[in-house]
Amino acid sequence: MIEFKDLRKSFGDKVVLDGVSHVMETGKTNLIIGTSGSGKTVLQKCLVGLFEPDEGEIIYDGVNFTDMVEDERKLLRQQIGMLFQGSALFDSMTVEDNIKFPLDMFTNDNNTTKMKRVNEVLERVNLKDANKKFPAEISGGMKKRVGIARAIVLNPKYLFCDEPNSGLDPKTSMVIDKLIKELTVEFNITTVINTHDMNSVMEIGDNILYMVDGKKEWTGNSQEIIFSDNQQLNEFIFASEFLQDAKHMRMIEAKEGKKG
Amino acid sequence: MNFFTHLGKYLLMLKGMFSKPENAKLYWKEFMHQCADIGVGSLGIVSIISLFMGAVSTVQTAYQLVSPLISKSTIAQIVRDTVILEFAPTLVCIVLAGVIGSKIASELGNMRVSEQIDALEIMGINTKTYLVMPKIAAALVTIPLMVILAMVLGIYGGRFAGSAAGILSTDTFDKGLMESFMPFNVTFALIKAYTFAFFISSIPAYFGYYVTGGSLEIGRSSTKSVVVTCIVILLSDYILAAALL
Repeated sequence: MIEFKDLRKSFGDKVVLDGVSHVMETGKTNLIIGTSGSGKTVLQKCLVGLFEPDEGEIIYDGVNFTDMVEDERKLLRQQIGMLFQGSALFDSMTVEDNIKFPLDMFTNDNNTTKMKRVNEVLERVNLKDANKKFPAEISGGMKKRVGIARAIVLNPKYLFCDEPNSGLDPKTSMVIDKLIKELTVEFNITTVINTHDMNSVMEIGDNILYMVDGKKEWTGNSQEIIFSDNQQLNEFIFASEFLQDAKHMRMIEAKEGKKG
Repeated sequence: MNFFTHLGKYLLMLKGMFSKPENAKLYWKEFMHQCADIGVGSLGIVSIISLFMGAVSTVQTAYQLVSPLISKSTIAQIVRDTVILEFAPTLVCIVLAGVIGSKIASELGNMRVSEQIDALEIMGINTKTYLVMPKIAAALVTIPLMVILAMVLGIYGGRFAGSAAGILSTDTFDKGLMESFMPFNVTFALIKAYTFAFFISSIPAYFGYYVTGGSLEIGRSSTKSVVVTCIVILLSDYILAAALL
């Protein structure tokens, strides 16, 4: 569980986070949504320690992250996996070496054990034949899967995903969403996802935080979001007529389901 | 950002490099990789420059020494001292600032922009220690070696050119090399080589590590790093010469 209280962050005069508090639950996919510039990425970067919040507390399973010294943070970070928007794979390494890198750095296992683990996670993300390829030789969807494999290779307790669906076609997006959801439940990870993708919100949104101008505007899950009266949220989520129709359909289905 | 802000950030980056490596074996591997990249990768250009630099020195010195009262072996002495004192350490390092500096700045800049540095930070790795330190250490090991090689090749190039152009025989050249030789000149050249090696690696690393923006900024910071490194090399060259000679 990751809890953050009254987080504030400014860059010069620009207030990016304005007292955000929320709890990211374990074993669930916690989504941060909001328009561009609403502070999602800054919030996520504060949570992993890439940015230092000006005020507020971040608590990882009862341990205050904001009070930690650098060495303590380094230890905690070994329990954090992160999938970056552009995958952030190391260009000069093969897929296999990218995934093996955290094992080489932080374990004393022999090469056979490490390779066994690499193959396990590659199989888990459905990438069995890409071991020797370089990041430049694989597709965007494959890069995301390699990124996920690298993020989970050390069995993290916390998984952060920054826009995991950006640049992917709808079908591949669904595959990635499904994979993240499965891994979250299977390994009981606290997963935090930054997304713009409404399909992800509906499919895997266990705990959604909607942000506007650096503030928490709404929280709930993928069911509650359909019935929400929050005008800003509705304008954001159901921006197109097609999505508004889909919302009405879902509402009707839900009501009929209750009657039945 | 003004000069002092840059200087402060640069010094903090250098301070940040000194932390315990997470895995010494992997850091050693990275150091060796950088030695190969910086050292072996620049051997060709250093060799070519050194040979021609020595050759041109011989021909031009001979062109200027027209007095029959001056022994021909003096040409070898002048070539030797010019190559050892200035050409091998300074000229070679200026060229290396372009070759190695732009490579380091663009490599780190690309890693920064594509979030690879953030990925390493998230893993709990001190990126300054893992990415910057091996580059500086490799430069400090390989660049002085290349400067020594440049001295040898420069003098050899001069010897060859002198003989090929019929200016002076190889025996006269060799005789001149032995005359009035001051071993401190080599020490001075190596002090310069170590100083320049540090700047050649650390200044571009700073510009690359802190790059913000996209691919355009990577190019800009790479160019800027080479310009700044060259200026710092020339400035420190003067300071060292004034202080030590």
